[in-house]
Amino acid sequence: MTKDKNLKNGAPEQVNLEKGTPVKGTLGEALRSQGVSRRSFMKFCATTASMMALPPAMIPTIARALENARRPSVIWLSFQECTGCTESLTRAHTSTVESLIFDSISLDYHHTLQAAAGHGAEEAREVAMEENYGNYLLVVDGSIPLDNPGYSTIAGISNLDMLNEAAKGAAAIIAVGTCATYGGIPHANPNPTGAVSVKDIIKDKPIINVPGCPPIPVVITGVLAHFLTFGSLPELDHIGRPKAFYGQSIHDRCYRRPFYDKGQFAETFDDEGAKKGWCLFKLGCKGPTTYNACATTKWNNGTSFPIESGHPCIGCSEPDFWDGGGFYKALSMPTVDLSQTAAYAAAGAAAAGVAIGLMNRSKKNTSNKIHVKTTLEDLKK
Amino acid sequence: MSEIEILSWARGPGLQIATVIFVAGVVIRIFEILLLGRKANLAEAKGSEMSSGLKTMITRTVPDKTTFKRSSVTIVAGYVFHIGMFISFFFFAPHILFFKDLIGISWPSLPGAVIDACAVISIIALLAVLVNRLTNKVMRFLTNFEDLLTWFLTFLPLITGYFAFHRIGFTAPSLLAAHLLSVELLLVVFPFTKLMHTFTLFLARWYNGAISGYRGVES
Repeated sequence: MTKDKNLKNGAPEQVNLEKGTPVKGTLGEALRSQGVSRRSFMKFCATTASMMALPPAMIPTIARALENARRPSVIWLSFQECTGCTESLTRAHTSTVESLIFDSISLDYHHTLQAAAGHGAEEAREVAMEENYGNYLLVVDGSIPLDNPGYSTIAGISNLDMLNEAAKGAAAIIAVGTCATYGGIPHANPNPTGAVSVKDIIKDKPIINVPGCPPIPVVITGVLAHFLTFGSLPELDHIGRPKAFYGQSIHDRCYRRPFYDKGQFAETFDDEGAKKGWCLFKLGCKGPTTYNACATTKWNNGTSFPIESGHPCIGCSEPDFWDGGGFYKALSMPTVDLSQTAAYAAAGAAAAGVAIGLMNRSKKNTSNKIHVKTTLEDLKK
Repeated sequence: MSEIEILSWARGPGLQIATVIFVAGVVIRIFEILLLGRKANLAEAKGSEMSSGLKTMITRTVPDKTTFKRSSVTIVAGYVFHIGMFISFFFFAPHILFFKDLIGISWPSLPGAVIDACAVISIIALLAVLVNRLTNKVMRFLTNFEDLLTWFLTFLPLITGYFAFHRIGFTAPSLLAAHLLSVELLLVVFPFTKLMHTFTLFLARWYNGAISGYRGVES
C-alpha cells in the first residue's frame, strides 16, 4: 500500500487481502505456527462476528480476511498511565486465540513489553513509523499532560510531541483505557497536570475509544479483527466507543436487574440481601449510567464481572468516573452535602424572614402613627 | 460539556443552588406570612379558633357536593395526580436514597412496576387537567401565564423521570441529568409561584377554620 491510498473516508483501506492461499507472514501462518487449530480459529471468528452483531454469513469473510491479513505494525505509546491496561491485555491465564492474535500483530514499540531499551527502543519506534508510514495502528494508553511538558516524558520527548509525531503517519488510533479516551484518573479533579485525552489533541485521524479501567481484552481484539477484516473502524457511539461493545449499559444486561425492578437491594456488603445476590444500587453501583460489555463478555476468560463478585460497578468506562461523588454513593444521591446546604439556607432565611417581617410591621406601625383621621369637621370644610 | 459533566453538575452544584433558592424562598415567604399579624378581634369569641382550625385542615380534604359538581374533573384528576406523584416521589428506591442522604432516615420502597404505573397515572391526570383548563371556557378565561408555567414545570420531572426509568431515546446519563435538572428548575421557581400551596395550603385551611371557629359557626 502506498501512503496516499491509506485513507478512505477517514479509515484505512483494506489491508492486503489476496484471496486463496494464505500469504506468507500472515496472521493465519502465525496462528498455525503457534498450534491454533482451524476449529478454534473459526470459533474465534464466529464469536467475534456475534459480539460485533454481524450476520453469521460474515464469519467466512472474517476468517479469510484474518488469515490473509499481514501482521499490521502497531506502535503502542504509554503516557500518564498505570500500565493496568497493558496488564489487562497480557495477563490472560491461558493462551487464547485472542491473545495469540494479539501476539501476532507486529508490536514494534511498547516500552513496557519490548526488550530494547534507551536509544534502541526509540530507534525501533522511528523505524516502524518510517517503514509503515500511513499504515500503522497507533495504540495509546494514558493521558497527555498539557500544563507542563515535563510532567511526563519518554526519552526526553514530551507526551504531546510524541503523540503528535506518531499520529501523523498512523492509519488509525486506538485510545485504550479511560485515561487515553477521556483523561481518566490524571484528569480527575483538580487535574494537577492538565491531563487531556487523545481526542482532545488529535483531530484529523480516525480514533477508536476503548475505555475502561482497564478495558476488556476481547474488546481490543474485536476492534482489531474488525479493522483487519473490513479495513475500517467499527461503528462508534457519540463518545467514540465501538457500539458493538459499548452499546448497552451494565444495568440493562445485569443478571441482578430483576432485583432492582422488584426493589430488592443489598443494604450493606454483608447483609442478607448481599448474600442472596440482590441489586447493588444502594451500595453505589454505577451500572445504570455505564456502557460497557462486562456483563456479557465478562472478565478472566469469561469467569465473572465485578457485580458477580458482589461489588458495585464503578463506572470506569465513562468519562470522569473518578469524580462521580464516590464509588459507594448511590447514583441518586447528591454528590455534595445537601443537608448542610439546606440547614444553612434555612437558618439564613429564617433570620431574613424575621427581619423582613419586623420591617413590614414597623412600616405598618409608622403609617398608622402618621395617619390622620378624617373628622366630620374636615369633611364640612 | 459532556453528558456526564452535566450529570455531575446536576448532582452537585446545580442541586446546591436549587436547594438554597428553594429553602430560603420558602422559609422567607412563610415567615413573612406568619409575621403579617392580625388585628385584635374585639368581638367576643363564640368558639375555639384552634379546634375549628385543626378540624378544617382535614375536612376541607373532602370537597362539598356543589363544588364537586362544578369542578369534578379538576378535583378527581387533581387527586389522582397528587396521589400518583406522592407514591412515585416518596416510594421509588432511588428517591428514598436521596432523602436518606438528605435527612438521614429511610423507609421501605415499592417495586419498580408500581412506581411506573403511578407515574403514568399521574402523567395522564396532569394532561387531563390541562385539557380541562384549555377547553373549559371559564377555566380558560382565568388561566394566566403562571398557571401554564407551573403546570409545565410539574410535568417535566414526571415525564423526564418516566423516560429515565424506561431509558428511552437517549443515553442513561443524559436522561438522568435531564430529570435532575427538571427537578432543580421546579425547585427554583417553587417559592415564587402558586406551587407554594404545598406549604400554604394547610395554613390557609387552618385560618379559614379559625375564623369560623371564633364566630362559632361551622366552617
